Amino acid sequence: MSVLFRDVRLLDPATSRDERVDVLIERGKIARAGVGAGQGLVHGAPGTDGEPLQVIEGNGRWLCPGFVDLHAHLREPGEEHKEDVQSGLLAAVAGGFVDVCVMPNTKPVNDTRAITEMLVGRAKDIGLARLHPIGAITKGLEGKELTEVSDLREAGARALSDDGHCVTNSMVMRRALQYARTFDVPVIQHCEDHALTAGADMHEGAVSTRLGLRGWPREAEDVIVARDLVLAEGAGARYHVAHLSTRGAARMVEEGKQRGIRVTAEVTPHHLLLTDENVLGYDTACKVNPPLREAEDVAALRRALATGVIDAIATDHAPHALGDKHCEFSAARPGMIGLELCLAVLLDLVRKGEVPLFRLLSALTVGPAKIVGLDAPRVAEGARADLVLIDPDASWVIERATLRSKSTNTPFLGRTVQGAIDVTMVHGRIVHNRKTGKELP
Amino acid sequence: MAFRHLLGIADLSAEDAVRILDTAQSLEGERKAVSLRGKTVVNLFFEASTRTRTSFEIAGKRLSADVINVSSSGSSVTKGETLLDTTRNLDAMHADVVVVRHSSSGAPHFVAKHTRGAVVNAGDGTHEHPTQALLDAYTIRKHKGRIAGLTVAIVGDIAHSHVARSNAHLLNKLGAHVRWCAPATLLPARAAEMGVQICTSLDQALDGADVIMMLRVQRERLVDVLIPSTREYSRTFGLSLKALARAPKDAIVMHPGPMNRGVEIDDAVADGPCSVILEQVETGVLVRMAVLQMVAS
Repeated sequence: MSVLFRDVRLLDPATSRDERVDVLIERGKIARAGVGAGQGLVHGAPGTDGEPLQVIEGNGRWLCPGFVDLHAHLREPGEEHKEDVQSGLLAAVAGGFVDVCVMPNTKPVNDTRAITEMLVGRAKDIGLARLHPIGAITKGLEGKELTEVSDLREAGARALSDDGHCVTNSMVMRRALQYARTFDVPVIQHCEDHALTAGADMHEGAVSTRLGLRGWPREAEDVIVARDLVLAEGAGARYHVAHLSTRGAARMVEEGKQRGIRVTAEVTPHHLLLTDENVLGYDTACKVNPPLREAEDVAALRRALATGVIDAIATDHAPHALGDKHCEFSAARPGMIGLELCLAVLLDLVRKGEVPLFRLLSALTVGPAKIVGLDAPRVAEGARADLVLIDPDASWVIERATLRSKSTNTPFLGRTVQGAIDVTMVHGRIVHNRKTGKELP
Repeated sequence: MAFRHLLGIADLSAEDAVRILDTAQSLEGERKAVSLRGKTVVNLFFEASTRTRTSFEIAGKRLSADVINVSSSGSSVTKGETLLDTTRNLDAMHADVVVVRHSSSGAPHFVAKHTRGAVVNAGDGTHEHPTQALLDAYTIRKHKGRIAGLTVAIVGDIAHSHVARSNAHLLNKLGAHVRWCAPATLLPARAAEMGVQICTSLDQALDGADVIMMLRVQRERLVDVLIPSTREYSRTFGLSLKALARAPKDAIVMHPGPMNRGVEIDDAVADGPCSVILEQVETGVLVRMAVLQMVAS
């Protein structure tokens, strides 16, 4: 398939190139990207490689590298009523993601080569976005015995995490960092001292006191980040903070980077946009783990994203069935979906001038790709054609009916957003087209 | 009627609160009114609270309502029915008023969203217990003739108390000065933002207090590493006659029950001349009659 994006605003975070050009895709790669690169080329006519050409009129829409998500729960195997690889990857490409790293807290847990290979195979058969399994740090996520890291890595695991559970035992965490270092695999920590969060339902603060909900204090995240930085420094390991949510953790990651510790961090769209006040009224859609924090945390996270202290935006896409949310607050499962809505809800931060556009795009592309060792996403001649075409002005309403995910647990339902993923291309193939719903421009 | 449900004091206006108290006062001595004849009141109790349930039951019956008690033991709840299904079933049976007691904060709000009937919160987790605060206010008003300008000291396990929260909201709305007194481990996060004065000593709390409200300290709190022993708690925050002597002579002593005698309150105080604890129970029926009548109409 040959595709010409005519008259697009090329935005390449790797090089900061920002130019209105034509971009020609042939044999899965970017053949040409420049002013007038598509001159004389006509839709349906044979392209330069002889195949019929699809022309997409950009009219100044943005063309960027496809996004990379470090943190998604696709629920397969085990909870396919919430999501499966197919529906999850459909949601992913609708949100502009071409690479999706999936957390191992499935049923059974992905702590073996067999599950890792199964997931990779399923995604290959489906052929939408690429899927990269994250293997468990410890068997069964129990925090006791290490998994077979070398075996997992050979099977396709890009990182290790016990997400949903924190490796709280310092000896186990130290060994995990040392062992992962041997194979140069990053360790992703869900930073939560469970002794400080037993029974917790939301952020501990004035709102939790008012609502009478058990609080999840910032300290529970901060003590783990502090300890892990010490351990990571000693082990020389690559350490990654999942869904960073507190101002204190942001400060410690910044200090850790300054000291030369190999630390990286991700933040979710919801921790950048919402606060504990959104829980008022007992809105279970806003129950997430870690919880929504306060305005001062949100401000610190936005700053950390803008300055590069935070490397990546990760969705923590966590689909849940209606019954898991349609209940009393303490019984509700934590998490919200995010793959399809990520860019659309975040562009507001760019419009408000809080996060520079290139920083946002970097955190969705080159930032996360580097952490898990994927080829650097870029829009440049010769590069693999993994691209998204964004209409920054398209205004639309987030509605249950139009979500591709099997689950609809998001507090953003009903919200009008500005900015849409019009086309997603993986390896030269159009896998999402908002306007037609088909693989055609 | 400015309120359809009574889910908490936080969302109740001072005017409506006073209207409830005045209505309760007008019902004094009433043994069998007919205002709720033909109405169905369901007491939906997911956690045991005999005093509150009985109080609501008597209140409903004194107004001629048909009162049905549903408790979590002996209902489909123990068979795993969800709160949503339980609520929908009660709604299908046209309950006019659903009185909800639940260990989960916010559960009555959830029930209110899924039923056409009026919902009265009879205590949800560590959130609110609005009728308790209203009956406390009624008792205070009766004894002191007013609420505005009074100093009320609430002492005990504030962190886990829906009574402390509802009382702070209501007494603040009615112009009283509220103190919360407990060791820091038994205070909720950012307690001062509830508009109360925080006292870390009983002396400080009792100084000039017109009303002393003691809260139960549960023995489970030892396991949660919140207090070292009930002995130490009793010595530092318990209300003994000696401690009470530091309060003004005309101070009244309240307790929402059930009491841990010898822990947060001594027998001599609980049964002494300053105690209005049994009056609170009596008042509870009146206030609940007023609330049921107002939400059912």
